[in-house]
This record gives sequence, C-alpha cells and structure tokens, in this order.
Amino acid sequence: MASLSNWISRHGHALVSSVGHLARNGLATLLAVGVMGLALALPLGLNTLVGNARLATGDFSGALGMTVYLKLPANEQTAQRLAQALRERAGVAEVQVTTAAQALEEFRSQPGLGSALDSLTDNPLPDVLTVRPAANATSPAQLDALRAAVEALPEVDSVQLDRDWLLRFNALLDLLRRVLWITAALLGAGVVAVVGNTIRLEIRTRSAEIEVIQLVGGSRGFVRRPFLYTGTLYGAVAGVLAWLLVTAARVALNPGVVRLASAYGQSFSLVGPSLRELGYAVICGLALGWIGAAVASSREIGRSAPRY
Amino acid sequence: MIRFERVSKRYPNGCEALSDLSFEVPVGEMAFLTGRSGAGKSTVLKLIALLERPTRGQVIVNSQSTARLPARRIALFRRQLGVVFQDHRLLMDRPVFDNVALPLIVADTSFKEIDRRVRAALDQVGLLGKERRAPTELSVGEQQRVGIARAIVSKPPLLLADEPTGNLDATLAAEVMNLFRRFNEVGVTVLVATHDRRLVQSCGLREIQIEQGRALDRLEDPAAEPITIHGPAALL
Repeated sequence: MASLSNWISRHGHALVSSVGHLARNGLATLLAVGVMGLALALPLGLNTLVGNARLATGDFSGALGMTVYLKLPANEQTAQRLAQALRERAGVAEVQVTTAAQALEEFRSQPGLGSALDSLTDNPLPDVLTVRPAANATSPAQLDALRAAVEALPEVDSVQLDRDWLLRFNALLDLLRRVLWITAALLGAGVVAVVGNTIRLEIRTRSAEIEVIQLVGGSRGFVRRPFLYTGTLYGAVAGVLAWLLVTAARVALNPGVVRLASAYGQSFSLVGPSLRELGYAVICGLALGWIGAAVASSREIGRSAPRY
Repeated sequence: MIRFERVSKRYPNGCEALSDLSFEVPVGEMAFLTGRSGAGKSTVLKLIALLERPTRGQVIVNSQSTARLPARRIALFRRQLGVVFQDHRLLMDRPVFDNVALPLIVADTSFKEIDRRVRAALDQVGLLGKERRAPTELSVGEQQRVGIARAIVSKPPLLLADEPTGNLDATLAAEVMNLFRRFNEVGVTVLVATHDRRLVQSCGLREIQIEQGRALDRLEDPAAEPITIHGPAALL
C-alpha cells in the first residue's frame, strides 16, 4: 500500500511539475501543440472524408440494380417464384418483376413503336427481374458473387450488372485510404519529431536542474519522468485539437455539401468525426508524444555523468 | 569510508589529473583536501561521487568499489553522499523548501517525512522560517547554508564539500566550518576540498595535500607540533 501511494505521489509530482512547466512556457507550448494538432488533423480529416464517401456510396446503392433476363418462353408463375426465392437470399434488398406482357405494354406506349409491335403475333420479350442489392452488400466481390449465383439458376438466360462505375469508385476510395495511411505515417513521424525537438530544447534549458537532481541521487528514470509526461500531454492535447479542427471543418463544409447533394436529388449531410475518433486521436497523440519524448530524453539525458 | 588505491585519472584530452594517488579517510573522520587549483582536488571529489571513473586503481567508498558499480546503481550510490558546492548549485526558481527537499523527493520519501526532515535540516543551518523564500532573496552566506541543508537532509554518512567557503568572507567561512564540525561530531565523515590554507590551519584537522596528482598526506596537530605545520608527515 505504502509503495503504491509512493508510486502515485511521485508520478503525481512529475505530472504536476510538467503541467506547471507547460503553463509557464505558454507561447512555446501553444506553438508546439498547434503544429502537432495540425499534423494530426490532416489524417483525421482524410479519414472523415473517406468515411463520408463510403456513406455516400451506400446511398447510391439504391440506384444500383441487377437486371436478370429469364429464358423464353415467358412464364409469369416461374418469374414470380424465382423473384420470391431471390428475395429470401441474403444481400438482396428488393426484387421487382417485370413480366413480358408489362414490358410489351411499356414498349407500346412509346411513340412510333406501337404499330410495329402490333404486327407481332407472339410476345418476343422475356420476363425480367430487377434485383436491388442490400446496402451492406454492394462491394464488387459481393455483387459478383450474387451475379454468379443468379446466373447459375436454370431459368436465367443472362444477367446484366452495370458495376463499372462502382468498381472505379471503390478503387478511388481504396486509393484515398492508402493516401490516408501514408499521410498518417508521415505526419505521425512529424509529430514525433516536433515533440522530440521541443522536449530536447526543454531538457537543454533545464540542464542545470537536471544536473543537480542527478547529483543528489535522482535516477535517470526520475529525471526523464516529467519530460515523458510533458511529451505525452502535448500529444493528448494535440489529439483533441486535431479533432476540434476537423469538426470545425465539417461544420463549415456541411451546408455546401447538403446543397450539392440536393442538387443531385439526394439528401446527404457530412458525418463525423465521432467521439470514438476523438478517442483514437487522443490515443495516437499520446503514443506519438510519448515516443518523441522518450527518444529525446534518452538521447539528451546521460546515464550518470552531469558536469560537475 | 573513502579509500583511494593507486588511483590515476587521465582525461580524454590527455591531461593526467591524478597519478598513483592513495589515501584513506576512515569512518567518522573530518579531513581537508588541499592543493593549488588544478592539483586534482575536484577530480578526487568527482571520482568519489562517481561523476568520473578512474583510469587505473580503485576508489572504495563506504566499502563499495565504485569500479564495479553498474551505471543504473549510480543514483542509489549517490544518495549516500551529501555534496556541497562552491557555487551552491541551488535551483534559483524554486523556494528554499523545494531545494532542500530535492534529495528526499528523488528517494521517494513520503510528504510528511519530507516536511519534517526539511525543517530539521533548515533548523540545523539556522534558516528555519525561510522555507518559502526564493534563494535570490537570501544572502550569499544563507544560500550556501541552504546548499548545506540540502546536502545533509537525507542524513548521508559521507559529506563532500568543494570549496564551500570560496565565496564567503572569513566570518561566514568560519560559520560554515563550524557547521561541518557539528555534523562530524554526530558521526558524519566529512571531506572538504579547499585552497584556503588559513582555514585549514585554524581547524587543526587532518590535511590531505595533493600536488600534481599525488598525495602528501599529513595530520595537523597544532597542540603537539605547533611550528612544523607544513612539514611533510605520514604518507599512507
């Protein structure tokens, strides 16, 4: 118990002294945290962008349909039975039946075609099913699987699926995600460098104090502890700042996006970053700040030999 | 308490600070380390405090050979020594209390105990009641006494002082010396490096004189040999 309370008190001491130093060096702290917050905001913003783009494609899946042509001769019972079977499949949201007769009617209503169709004795059109995939089953692989399954049915003649645009869009999203990761890695390294340099300067300015602490028997761990707290705090605050920046950007952009979406007849509004992403940003900031401080302090603080 | 066995120290720049130095300070003794500037006094203290390692020979402090001490144990080792510096090395942006408490804080002492011992140490150097003052508000003599309080607050068995009276006038210097003698009377081994010969003579204690990195060890006993104070005496 005693050792636990000692542990708490010495970490509390380190934490309080780091907060005190941060507060005293107001401008330097503000600049460092600002740079780090901006660096973290970019990947977080990209992540929010990708998330919103995926939400938007989820909406587009309503426009995505698979057209299934059944074998001739047309038979409405077969069409309805098949439609029912498909509706029960996972990944299928809706199946619409257009019978050969309905299709013929539709053609007939088109100007100029009516008289030409009158000369036909037989209806040459097949029954058609329009299959709309469920919103959670619109990836290219899932669509391909559905298409293959439908094509394999003996009553089906052919399946038409216009998914090229979806493939392109998904490829674009995938690319964006890779850009996101590269950006995150580069800017994460940037955050480590900024923290490292800030901590290095702080260690230099407090070298007299560090020497005295080492002379009176302060261990290397004791000397490093407040700097590790400082770096970690920098990172955490930068994470919060990044989240606030992206949220502010989202609020600023949203009216424009809503207007654009409504011009396309869609109702869409930007989402995020969520509170969970705030947590991720803070954790990433913490970790990067700690790494930067650990690297700087292990290089700057010698094991045992301050100048006398 | 301190034993140097044929210690040599050569700095990386080639300067040989100590050569084949041997001397011993037994437990409970108070001794002076004298010699001109550059004679190697500071190097001796640095070797004791493990700020430097000897090039050859052995330094034994409190029955521990410093040569075999791994780097991670150095901090623990230093807690057995109190060190007083000529320029007192106080943290000028912290109050007196925090300065004196530092050796206890690094040793994970409880707050209650820190409070009690810091007051006791300040009382011993006659500065009780000035805990909240900034060192800059104190006189030079008082600053030096804060430095001494910091050195003794953790009750180390060994007290080292590097020119502790260098910046003080004769009266203040005598006061500081009296403080050291009082600690010595309660069993602390004290080693004071100084070039102030008058101070050494007035105290009448053992003197380890270093010249060009070698010891001319002698015991000064003015009562027995009042005239031959400067004559070379027993080498170790």
